[in-house]
Amino acid sequence: MALLEVENLRTYFYTRGGVVRAVDNVSFMLEPGETMGIVGESGSGKSVTCYSLLGLIPRPPGKIVSGSALFGGVDLLSCPKEQLRRIQGKRISMIFQDPMTSLNPYMRVSDQLVEPLLVHDKMSRSQALTKAITSLEEVGIQDAANRINLYPHQFSGGMRQRVMIAMALISRPEILVADEPTTALDVTVQAQILELIRQRQKDLGTAVIFITHDLGVVASFCNRVNVMYAGRIVESAPTDEIFARPMHPYNASLQQSIPALHKKGQALFTIPGLPPDLTIEFRGCPFASRCAHVGEICKEQDPALKQIVPGHGTSCIRFQRGEIADVRIKNFVSAV
Amino acid sequence: MSIFLELENLKTHFPVYRGAIFRRQIGSVKAVDGIDLQVSKGEILGLVGESGCGKSTLARAIVQLIPTTQGAVILEGRNLSEISRGAVRAERVNFQMIFQDPYASLNPRMTVYDTLAEAIQTRQQIDKKLLLEKVGRLMRTVGLPANQMRRYPHEFSGGQRQRIAIARALAPEPKLIIADEPVSALDVSIQSQILNLIANLCREMQLTMIFISHDISVVKYISDRIAVMYLGRLVELGPATEVVEKPLHPYTKALVSAIPIPDPQVERRRQRIILQGDPPSPMSPPTGCAFHPRCPFAIAACKAQRPELEQKESNRFAACIRIGEI
Repeated sequence: MALLEVENLRTYFYTRGGVVRAVDNVSFMLEPGETMGIVGESGSGKSVTCYSLLGLIPRPPGKIVSGSALFGGVDLLSCPKEQLRRIQGKRISMIFQDPMTSLNPYMRVSDQLVEPLLVHDKMSRSQALTKAITSLEEVGIQDAANRINLYPHQFSGGMRQRVMIAMALISRPEILVADEPTTALDVTVQAQILELIRQRQKDLGTAVIFITHDLGVVASFCNRVNVMYAGRIVESAPTDEIFARPMHPYNASLQQSIPALHKKGQALFTIPGLPPDLTIEFRGCPFASRCAHVGEICKEQDPALKQIVPGHGTSCIRFQRGEIADVRIKNFVSAV
Repeated sequence: MSIFLELENLKTHFPVYRGAIFRRQIGSVKAVDGIDLQVSKGEILGLVGESGCGKSTLARAIVQLIPTTQGAVILEGRNLSEISRGAVRAERVNFQMIFQDPYASLNPRMTVYDTLAEAIQTRQQIDKKLLLEKVGRLMRTVGLPANQMRRYPHEFSGGQRQRIAIARALAPEPKLIIADEPVSALDVSIQSQILNLIANLCREMQLTMIFISHDISVVKYISDRIAVMYLGRLVELGPATEVVEKPLHPYTKALVSAIPIPDPQVERRRQRIILQGDPPSPMSPPTGCAFHPRCPFAIAACKAQRPELEQKESNRFAACIRIGEI
């Protein structure tokens, strides 16, 4: 049984500039204890997808137009606010990109850490404080009993992210949503934090939804990956498959444009053009105008994610019809 | 190749004060603390390091945007730290910068034409017709249609804005360009376009460039040599590919091993060195080698003496006393 089952999620923003279709028909499943990555560029809808599940979409201008998200028999998108509040921060918790803006600068770390325990578990303050100190020790903060009384600005960036992780995991959630938790950190600190999340996940059996734009982090961290583009999932597969046998041209192009995989002096592959304007309704595949394998059908038929082999799905129509066997681009002339 | 830019024991310290009435200096942040470096004409030098290691301060000290505390910046034989401020201003057309955030570095009230024309005219006053032609040519050089020169920055995307910033840096025909994290704010697909552009321009125009980034794979791709900085000092210097593939200094080793590689099979086989703790404060750096509190190979001697950047192999320099042993 899947832990979380999201179906046909559509989140639109009604702005003065028009309706932004930020998330358009997204479906996925999360199994207990697994790590699922959501990769995409800015504006691809990866964060909005997760914010929708946690009721964090500002309404208005945002609106969840359709869809369901079943978590233990409860639909997170339509359940009463009271019920959602008992799930948020208790059974599903979240860590954000920038720990400085997501920790309250006016509150001591201790007060912020015990809050979920006082609210959800109705613990006494002293009990909660003991548990909070333990949880800080578990994320590798030394001298936790004293440092718990400090304010967020007295910690370094990496340490703040550790505090965030301790806070998110203190109520032993079943799902942890991590929204680019290491993007603001240096690579050496990023390695520490990733190792920490991995370790805590193993100890607690938490399932992780990991949002990132960094394919390198995905390769080292996730079991399964969903690649998002223009508000849709265009490819979904186990991590090895995503890299070894890409089935969507966008995923393949993205991988081919990473400098780490290029030899020196070799021109980098570039994806021509820009992502589509999501306020304009269009027919067909959102990637069609930038795709090297584009055909007539791509502009006429709306694509849908279909499994080609068990566990590996793509939304590329031409791949589904067997018209292209390898979506990687060979002999490209790179644009400057 | 001739030496184009030379740094001699360059130091930039920022004083730290305390007290409002009896203001006194309580210490200083040694952002750049004794750097010797030579850059040849036409070379792209990559500068890597974690945040707070002094990369950007070094860049700003080279272009004389912040005064140097000690040492010399010598550009084509002329010591920039000695000449007057007016002379530095006149000299500044020779070195241009490209910044990280193209949303903040372009004036939102100036059209692309205004921005570029102003930059061209810092070198020489030319008449309007020629100016128009030059702006058009610059825009085409960086891959923008010349007919968009009357537009404002907000009408362009992030990648296009970075192209405008590059065009502005090229406009006065500088001798040296310093690019401070020019692709860090861009998405992967846009990043590759800008990297291609920079690589092509440098090749065609024989530009000398200092390319600053925290992303070692980007630096490896674009630069000829890499200099690794830690807490205000260089810890390693050498040809780009060799530094990344066979790092000498323990810090470079840790830095390289911390980068996630977008290939799950490589990832599974890798041995990762995970450094403990954060970089120390540059206000009170550790004694001896600044890296010793985090270094897995540190011995007692590392605490006692500060290692100098020494030649270890041909073209390869590192500041570590244990290179031969580890």
